[in-house]
Parts: sequence; C-alpha cells; structure tokens
Amino acid sequence: MSLKQFIQDLRERKEIAKSGGGEKAMQKQKAMGKLNARQRITSILDKDSFQEYDMFVEHVARDFDMEKKVLHGDGVIIGTGTVYGAPICIYAQDFTVAGGSLGLMHSRKICKIMDHALKMRVPLIGINDSGGARIQEGVNSLAGYGEIFFRNTMASGVIPQISVILGPCAGGAVYSPALTDFVFVVDNISKMFITGPSVIKTVLGEDYTMEEVGGAKVHCEISGNAHFFAKSEKECFEQIKKLVSYIPRNNQIWAKRIEAKNPQFDKKIESIVPGDPKLPYDMRDLIKSVSDESEFFEIMEDFAANIIIGFGRMNGESVGFVANQPMVLAGVLDCDSSDKAARFIRFCDSFNIPLITLEDMPGYLPGIDQEHMGVIRHGAKVLYAYCEATVPKITVIIRKAYGGGYIAMNSRHVRADFVFAWPTAEIAVMGPEGAANIVFKKEIADAVDPEAMRQSKIQEYKEKFANPYVAASRGYVDEVIEPADTRSRLLHALEVSRDKVAYRPEKKHGIPPF
Amino acid sequence: MDNEEIVTFRVFIAEYKTKLTEKFKSRKKWTPPNKNHILAVIPGTILDIKVKENQRVKEGETLLILEAMKMANRIAMPFDGVVTSINVEKGEMVSKNHVMIEIQPL
Repeated sequence: MSLKQFIQDLRERKEIAKSGGGEKAMQKQKAMGKLNARQRITSILDKDSFQEYDMFVEHVARDFDMEKKVLHGDGVIIGTGTVYGAPICIYAQDFTVAGGSLGLMHSRKICKIMDHALKMRVPLIGINDSGGARIQEGVNSLAGYGEIFFRNTMASGVIPQISVILGPCAGGAVYSPALTDFVFVVDNISKMFITGPSVIKTVLGEDYTMEEVGGAKVHCEISGNAHFFAKSEKECFEQIKKLVSYIPRNNQIWAKRIEAKNPQFDKKIESIVPGDPKLPYDMRDLIKSVSDESEFFEIMEDFAANIIIGFGRMNGESVGFVANQPMVLAGVLDCDSSDKAARFIRFCDSFNIPLITLEDMPGYLPGIDQEHMGVIRHGAKVLYAYCEATVPKITVIIRKAYGGGYIAMNSRHVRADFVFAWPTAEIAVMGPEGAANIVFKKEIADAVDPEAMRQSKIQEYKEKFANPYVAASRGYVDEVIEPADTRSRLLHALEVSRDKVAYRPEKKHGIPPF
Repeated sequence: MDNEEIVTFRVFIAEYKTKLTEKFKSRKKWTPPNKNHILAVIPGTILDIKVKENQRVKEGETLLILEAMKMANRIAMPFDGVVTSINVEKGEMVSKNHVMIEIQPL
C-alpha cells in the first residue's frame, strides 16, 4: 500500500467513526431539537480549535449479543480546544450511539479527559446526553460512574468544572453534574432526575411529565440543582463562554484581567435606593451602578431570588457579587438563599475571585417551615463560607443589617477586609420596632398613650442605634461613605488587597455544615 | 419588575414592601403530627392487614405490612390501644403520609 492509501484508509475510518449512531439516529436527534455531540463541542469552542482523541475506542461488552454491535467511539466524544484562546478539556455524550449509555470504555474516555484536565490545570466542560448506565455492561457501568465522581471530587476547587445537560441525565448519572461547579440547562431539552416519571408512576401511581419531575425550569426555580437557564442550545453555549471569561483556568492563577471601563448605568446611584428601609428596589441596579460597563453576569437568577450572586468586573478584574435582594422576600436569608450564597462564596474563594458583598437584609426568614427545614444548619453555611474565605472580602452595608444576618453577611467579625456603610445603614440587633418594644416595654405599657409612646421610642431607638455610627465608633465599620463614592471606594479597596495573605490553621479539611 | 406583585411582607414585627417567590407561596403549612394516626412513612403497597376495627392491640403488635422499595415493613402498634378505623385495603398503593390506620389509646 502506498502512503496515500494508508492516509485514505485512515480518512475513511474517521468518517465512519464520525457517523456516530448513523444517519437515521442523527436525524432523530435533530428532530428532537437537539444538536449532535460534535456540533455542540464545536459551537462552544473557538473555530477550528477542537482536537479529538479516542475516536477509535470500541466497547468491550460481550454479553447479550453486544459483541455483534459496533458503537462508534462508544457513545462519547472527548477532546481539547480553546474558548477565547484559553485551553479547555471537553467531552460530549453522543445520544445517537446506544442512547449515549455509559459503559466501561465510555467512562474510560471521560476519565481520560478528566485526568488530562486536572493534570494540565485547565477547565473541564462535560456535555450530558445519556440514557444512563448501559445495563448490558452491569457493574462495569457503575464502576465507570464511580470513577467519574471520584475525579469530579479531586478536581473540585482545582479546576473549574462545568456541566451542560442537553438531554436526559438520570439516576446515578446526575451526581457528576451535582459535584461540578456550574450546571447549565436548556428548556424542553434538559431532563435530570434520580427517579423518572415511569418509576414514580409504578411506585406511587402518580402521573407526572418529565418536565414536571426534572425539567430545566424545575432545577432553576425549585430544586436549585442548575445554575443557568437557556431557551436554546445556542443561548446556553453563549452563557458558557461568558462564564469561562470570568473565571481563571485553575486555582493557582487569577482570572484574566481585561480593559477597565466605567459603569454606563443610566440611573444615579442615589436614586436607586429609597431612604425608607421598608421600601424595595432592585439590588441588581445597584450592582450595575458600580461594576465595569455596568455588566453583571447573574447565577441562579430564578432560585432563591432573595439573594443575588454573580460575576462582574471592577477595574477590569473579575469579582463575585453577593447581595441581598430587597425586591424579593424583603431580602431575608433562608435555607435556599443560604445554600446558594455559600456555594458561590466557596467557588470564588477557591478560584481567587474577590468577593463584594452588598447588604440590605432584615434577618432570617421567621417561620416553623424554615426551622424544620434546617435554617440553622443551612444558615451556618454562609457563616462558614465567609469565615473560611481568604480572597479579598469587601462589604458595603446599604440599609438593613440586623441580627445574625449582619454577622453572616461578611461582617468585620468573620474577617471582612473592608466594611463600608452608607449613611442609610441600620446596623443593630434587630429592627427599631422590635427593639423599641423590648427595650422600652415598661415605658410603653405605663404611658397614657402607649401607641404614641411606642412611636416616640421607635424614633429614639432609630436615632440612637439604627444607624452606621455606633458600629463605626467601634471600628466594625471602616468608613461611612456617600453612595456616590461606592465604586471608587471598592476599586481602591480591591487595588490594595491584591496581594492579600491570610492564614488559616492547617488541616485535612474543615467540616462545613453540609 | 412588576409593581403589582409587590405585597406587604412581615419579618418579625416590621412590614416590608416586597415580592414573593412561587416556592414561598406554595410552601406547605406544618401541622403537628397526630399520635393516633398511623401514617405511611414511605410510599408503598399494603401487603397484609393484621388487625380489625375495634380490636384491642398491645404495643409492638403488628398492625399491617407495608411493602416499599422491595422491603416488607412491619408496622407496629405504638402503644396499647384500640383500632378505631382502617383506611386501607390489602393490595392498595399508598402515598407518603397517607393515614393508613387510626387508633386510640386505652
């Protein structure tokens, strides 16, 4: 054979491997409104940057007539490429090949690219579209999942891990995405659950659709399993690229700095926040009034909307914003919002992203349901995450900072580097109404007109305690600032914190209130 | 954001103007458990019923067998008492927290 013929033969082999599950299966995938695995990878990566490996891997199942079946690439595509010029490892399950089912070799391919990502310290993107374990491969298939989970855990906090759910992801398979940092879902395409509608029907006799049990909306609004919701795969890929631009490749470096730009928000910062602490406003406006170009990339927008988390830039550098949202549930802390914030704080801390906390919250949500759901242990996660974090941590107290919530929201006491307060800040054990009722109980009860006395005492308490100056007098607040100076203060604080060194006792690992 | 959705929301004694989430609105109200109700702690199928209405049953005696997750669970009488009502039939599928049997202490 001439060299040309060898090359021709290789090309033919590659063409066959690339055909995946064949023309018919590809058409079926398309009819479901889904791109195929290779299209997905190339849509995320920079043009022509994708390099594939293990294209000729074949499955090893020998039971149930499996030896007669050819599964191209064993139903998963792995490779490397770049996103905005930065290296990345990626895999995509190919639903057209045996339903993307996970067998031994399928899992070995995923593990190979995961090992590579961890060794080379580059982010990992996993695209899930799989019917689950390949039943014909029995325990080998379960072993495969276990190997993936172990690698997810080892890579956690070392390289960013992104999961994209573009099809079914059911049973044990859901735990790989759950162990990763960010989960992307697409409306009508993503389906994630431990037990699907058919099992629920058999066991409980209850009828639910896949969307109701584990659709994209469910995981973005109710369960909190997913972080980004998109209406189409295209929108989802844009979100992934945007996320990647905000985060560093690994935990040893800082996110890439870009050119600094001033905010372009049309509202003046003073006009956003009402002076009356009981009136709402959209905290996102405040974030946009301080961030570069007024950009804010929100995470988990529809889950526990009483707290806001996401990335922005200050002076060209990535920062993580954690902010109470007075517009939703008055911005209270509760089980879900605590979980949401705590995990984000830990991500930022792992990946050298400074934290900016904007505080305006009346405390923890009261109620027996919250108590029974464990608001104590969930709330403790926020405290734990802030205490533990050693990245630059800056807090601006906008209005309400009451009780335990004040401590939890990156106070000086949990080692904030800088704490600023607006003149509207009310830093106190509780709101003036509650405090006045307790502190002046006797005076109010004994008064000729108790209601008038109550109002006068509330006013007295407000003037004496519900302000930033008591905290400032003890140095708990570094400076009371004018709202218009917020951005410049933050920029300076970040600038001088860049080489921050903070020691924590050496340990195997802490025991956060999971 | 839609202004119409803004409601008055009480946190301790202060009232705030804010929006509510769907999840918050649909939260279930908690009621203290009734010790005279034998609930299905897990969804499953009634394999067998060992008692009859008005029967006196001693603490620890079997009331019924609930099969769930491929396991036959023996549901025992929590205290000496009498069966006042049996709300399930053999072979019936019950959901979680279904009141299977009602009892009274002696």
